[in-house]
Amino acid sequence: MSNTRTAGDITGLTAAELAGKIAARELSSVEVTQAHLDRIAEIDGELGAFLHVGAEESLAAAKAADDAIAAGEAPSGLAGVPIALKDVFTTVDAPTTCGSKMLEGWKSPYDATVTAKLRAAGIPILGKTNMDEFAMGSSTENSAYQVTRNPWDVTRIPGGSGGGSAAALASFQAPLAIGTDTGGSIRQPASVTATVGVKPTYGTVSRYGLVACASSLDQGGPCGRTVLDTALLHEVIAGHDPRDSTSIDRAIPDVVGAARAGATGDLTGVRIGVVKQLQGDGYQPGVVESFQAACKQLTDLGATIVEVDCPHFSYALGAYYLILPSEVSSNLARFDAMRYGLRVGDDGTHSADEVMALTREAGFGAEVKRRIMIGTYALSSGAYDAFYGQAQKVRTLIARDFAKAYQDVDVLISPTTPTTPFKLGEKVDDPLSMYLFDLCTLPVNLAGTSAMSVPSGLSSDDGLPVGLQLMAPAFGDDRLYRIGAAYEAARGPIG
Amino acid sequence: MSTESQPAISRDEVAHLARLSRLALDDAELDRYASQLDAILSHVAQISEVAADDVPPTAHPAELSDVLRDDVVLPSLTAEQALSGAPAVEQERFAVPQILGEE
Repeated sequence: MSNTRTAGDITGLTAAELAGKIAARELSSVEVTQAHLDRIAEIDGELGAFLHVGAEESLAAAKAADDAIAAGEAPSGLAGVPIALKDVFTTVDAPTTCGSKMLEGWKSPYDATVTAKLRAAGIPILGKTNMDEFAMGSSTENSAYQVTRNPWDVTRIPGGSGGGSAAALASFQAPLAIGTDTGGSIRQPASVTATVGVKPTYGTVSRYGLVACASSLDQGGPCGRTVLDTALLHEVIAGHDPRDSTSIDRAIPDVVGAARAGATGDLTGVRIGVVKQLQGDGYQPGVVESFQAACKQLTDLGATIVEVDCPHFSYALGAYYLILPSEVSSNLARFDAMRYGLRVGDDGTHSADEVMALTREAGFGAEVKRRIMIGTYALSSGAYDAFYGQAQKVRTLIARDFAKAYQDVDVLISPTTPTTPFKLGEKVDDPLSMYLFDLCTLPVNLAGTSAMSVPSGLSSDDGLPVGLQLMAPAFGDDRLYRIGAAYEAARGPIG
Repeated sequence: MSTESQPAISRDEVAHLARLSRLALDDAELDRYASQLDAILSHVAQISEVAADDVPPTAHPAELSDVLRDDVVLPSLTAEQALSGAPAVEQERFAVPQILGEE
């Protein structure tokens, strides 16, 4: 196995360090962007993190950032620092495939709001990263295009659905990345690659131009190698967007200030709850050990830790795998072979209805088909009350469990995943077992609250990364950064 | 809801769902999905254990309603942009296969 994690001079720097050097004109954005493009050319053949690399476009954006900085008009604190973008955000200058054959070669006529914010901030987009098809999956193995490998062990999954973004970060192909988190697709890949990922409060990062998986759960968010880097990116992409009717018009917490304050390391007075339901049987011993060590470090920093009961979390998986497929079956009805994307069987002998069915059969992969059918079932008149209706009520009860817990504690914690990353191919034919990998991350999406995965070290039993999940109330994202940064400083470097 | 002896969903029901979902599944897929959907639905059906008769449903986590913008014309896609990804175009319109029957 080649060592895909050894960083070069420039690519080894954090986004905050790169931003400082670019602003001070010690490094140019063109040099930094080129160094990352070189790194991609060198190692991504083995890892498969990128579906599309935009060398020319990113260098042009880098040049523009350098020019603006030279003129004393830096467009943001991250100006010139390049990024990897999950291939579910639309971009006018690159294909947007969502990892699906349905959208092979499709180019959007408009930029997503997140894309536009990155461009406005002077952040060059290196390319689009691999993902499970339409963000459905936990391993990125559901991409119609390629396998992405975990840089820590190339025989293992990089997590999913945002495995491409996480693998790009962990292998120093990009200092920053964007993901989306519907049930854990930012946090879980972060956990298994020893990177940081945040699912912001629902409604705080625009979904305009984010191709929908499940609209009431989907949330774009920042990924980085450090808590501060992630905060700097969070600040760039968050904010109210009139073009997204689910965007909340309320001030975003000062996540960068919180990350900087947290790095000083004092957590005196902070109350942390360990979720009783997110531990026990099925959790790998090395993961439990790492989690307990993290609890000890948080206590050493001055925090108080108590156990918290969230009884309905045990039903989160059931509720999630009814609500998500229901929304998926509705959202993906747009892929009807008429207005954009693939069309199959239009040879004059098939009706529009038949062309639709043939196209969807050819264009969607197995997991997407499974979820469309489960959703169609859950929403059918005979099953609606017992399945979708009941799942929505359980969703209310999960949100109430969180609300009650946050009366007593500032944040909740758990392992991000019950085990370290499994082998590629291991769970491909067993969807239910794959779903269980996201057990700890799902409740947050159902409640629309915020959460972070921060690396807690390597498991003593297999040497693979383990993540600590921090969960906070809606608009309490700053708590994640304060506590995450304090913990990160106390923990020290990994690997 | 499902019992121990009876599958949560039959192969015929899966075939019906595939038709409703506009998925032209082949026989091998139907066999595979029938057993997988049965396993998944049997598992998620455990939510029926939760006593929730008096609990209001949550459709959405953000407490927003009737989000409307002012009724003014804003820039939008040109016809050319809107048609740019279409599988087939005729006379500045989406060209689609036959919708109505032959008769």
